[in-house]
Amino acid sequence: MSPTKALARFTVGLTGRAAPVLLDLGPVIGGNVSFFGERLGCKIVVEDLAKDIDRHVTDRKLAELPRFLESRIARDTESVDGVLCWDLFDFLDKPSATALAHHLARVLRPDGLLLAFFNTHDPKAGEPQPPALYTKHVVVDSGHLQHRTYAASRGKQKPFQNRDIQKMFEPLRITDQFLLKSHMREVLFR
Amino acid sequence: MWKRDEAVKPANQPTPAAPVAPTAPASATAAPQPDTRRIERDLVNIGKSVVIKGELSGSEDLTIEGHVEGKIELKDNVLTIGPNGRIKAAVFAKAVIVLGEVHGNIAASEKVDIRDGGSVDGDIVSPKVAIAEGAHFRGSVDMQKKPGQPGQVQPVKTEPSKSAVASPPVVAQAAQPAAH
Repeated sequence: MSPTKALARFTVGLTGRAAPVLLDLGPVIGGNVSFFGERLGCKIVVEDLAKDIDRHVTDRKLAELPRFLESRIARDTESVDGVLCWDLFDFLDKPSATALAHHLARVLRPDGLLLAFFNTHDPKAGEPQPPALYTKHVVVDSGHLQHRTYAASRGKQKPFQNRDIQKMFEPLRITDQFLLKSHMREVLFR
Repeated sequence: MWKRDEAVKPANQPTPAAPVAPTAPASATAAPQPDTRRIERDLVNIGKSVVIKGELSGSEDLTIEGHVEGKIELKDNVLTIGPNGRIKAAVFAKAVIVLGEVHGNIAASEKVDIRDGGSVDGDIVSPKVAIAEGAHFRGSVDMQKKPGQPGQVQPVKTEPSKSAVASPPVVAQAAQPAAH
């Protein structure tokens, strides 16, 4: 079980809204559906983008991924109250990440929140590459997550610099960010 | 060695009761007594090879192992999509258990349960939703809206198509056991 600091702020931001719509870009996790659906009263939309990434990798169509992600989420403009990206952006190259970030900023309501995790550890030359694994982030409570890994078609990409992250999510602004001991940066956008 | 004298019986030993011959029923069509009546529910099962296109409705629990396209309505009952079940339909039931595949929206008044190996592509409206670790789901989950509200799955009750299975609710009574 690992601590999370940004998730609590994310859930507080959703609390009290009437029928908030939450977009979860990770694989479906029953416990998370219960947490956000029962406790926060969210309508949860699950779109597992990791499967799309895997499909583009195995079909050797990575060049088409940015365009695919530009319109992947079939939601109206400003129709979503919250977005959970988890660490999906770690598995995207810059063009794909930029396309997806712009798309998410468009579907997010003006007072909406977006939570994303970014890896900050860049293996040096000669260091062994970490295995190609996705992570399921299971919400234990608003302050803790459990992690379960599963096979990915490719490993994490080069970590983004902070200024790149800020730029790709414009016009959203970073309101909170936390650097954890696990080299994970939790970033909350509004 | 003491040997029991079969001829001498101890005092106060209750004499064994003579077997009671059950009275024959007054007539062959006599109504069964409530305390001896067994009620069995039919388990309705749509087999693997069955294909249904149309609207399926009923008032008993149903298990589908075949293919159904169209609409399924079991307002007060449990629908189970078995491991071989393939559904392309709007579903409305009291509870829905998915072990097979469903492409379509599901509205349940009590619970939707997607088991390991089950797959749902569609929107779910239900106060309780359970999704197992190995299940696939893509769509939305709304636990706050009540099924049947405007905008939700609204199965339309029409005459069932010829190919649809629609059996009236049946409570089977077991026959009286024969007296020996």
